[in-house]
Amino acid sequence: MTEIGLGHYLTLGAIIFSIGIIGIFLNRKNIIVILMSIELILLAVNINLVAFSIFLGDLAGQVFTLFILTVAAAEAAIGLAIIVVYYRNSGTIRVEEIDKLKG
Amino acid sequence: MIAHAIFFYLFSLIAIVSAIMVTASKNTVHSVFFLILDFISISCLFIMIGAEFLGMIMLIVYVGAVAVLFLFVVMMLNVAQQKNQWFASEESSGHIPVGLIISTLIFIELIIVIGGWKYKPDLFDLNNSMANFSLSNTHSIGQILYTDYIHVFQISGMILLVAMVGAIVLTFRKREGVKTQSYLKQISRERSEGVQVVEVETNKGVKIDD
Repeated sequence: MTEIGLGHYLTLGAIIFSIGIIGIFLNRKNIIVILMSIELILLAVNINLVAFSIFLGDLAGQVFTLFILTVAAAEAAIGLAIIVVYYRNSGTIRVEEIDKLKG
Repeated sequence: MIAHAIFFYLFSLIAIVSAIMVTASKNTVHSVFFLILDFISISCLFIMIGAEFLGMIMLIVYVGAVAVLFLFVVMMLNVAQQKNQWFASEESSGHIPVGLIISTLIFIELIIVIGGWKYKPDLFDLNNSMANFSLSNTHSIGQILYTDYIHVFQISGMILLVAMVGAIVLTFRKREGVKTQSYLKQISRERSEGVQVVEVETNKGVKIDD
């Protein structure tokens, strides 16, 4: 219990990943919270990569975490820009009312 | 070792509770703040296990840029008043069991994978290219980032450039009635358009169309 190993970090990553999935499914009001849930999922992936990288002594995991960080920043910028444009055109970003595509 | 365990449990407890609060908070601004708290505690964990460069980058990039971008958009769009009560609304109640089932399944699968890792460690081939521990974390990341991963590094720079251009193109809007400088017009102006020689007759005014 006091010996913190790889399994502890992987469990933390699994818990945060599942919370992100729950956030995507249950939030039907605000699309920004869905974007934040995606950020949580990417964070959980980063935890896994860094934990493996540290405990196996291979630096490739940390390098890939760096690239995931880059892609996540780009994704957040583009997603928020799309949300801003949508809000300007239709006046709402509630998930139930975004049904133009009838999906 | 005891202190390490105590700090691990403290930071991971903060991270899990704030991750729950991100999804469950009624006010969107509050959930952005909980997201910031989550990033900070995870970066503390990263620094604790020895990935200090990534922890600091996480603080700078996520807390300093991405989370503030979220906060800016939330405040600009005036959605803080739209309470997201997914517990109370009757429309969302159909999604709660599905979401809970799917996320529980994913969690169980991940735990099974971790169990396989823990109880059969020889299942995986350990990479023996151990990091050089005489160097600092930042130094050793830099040594492989700019040599082995240089192409990926440059491609990620291109991704950032494309994302920046895309965000500007998406949100740019031309306003009417605002007098702005047009640099192209100023630079491409020539003498023949700018200067006009007018012969003025005596006792008559001159009218230049403006």
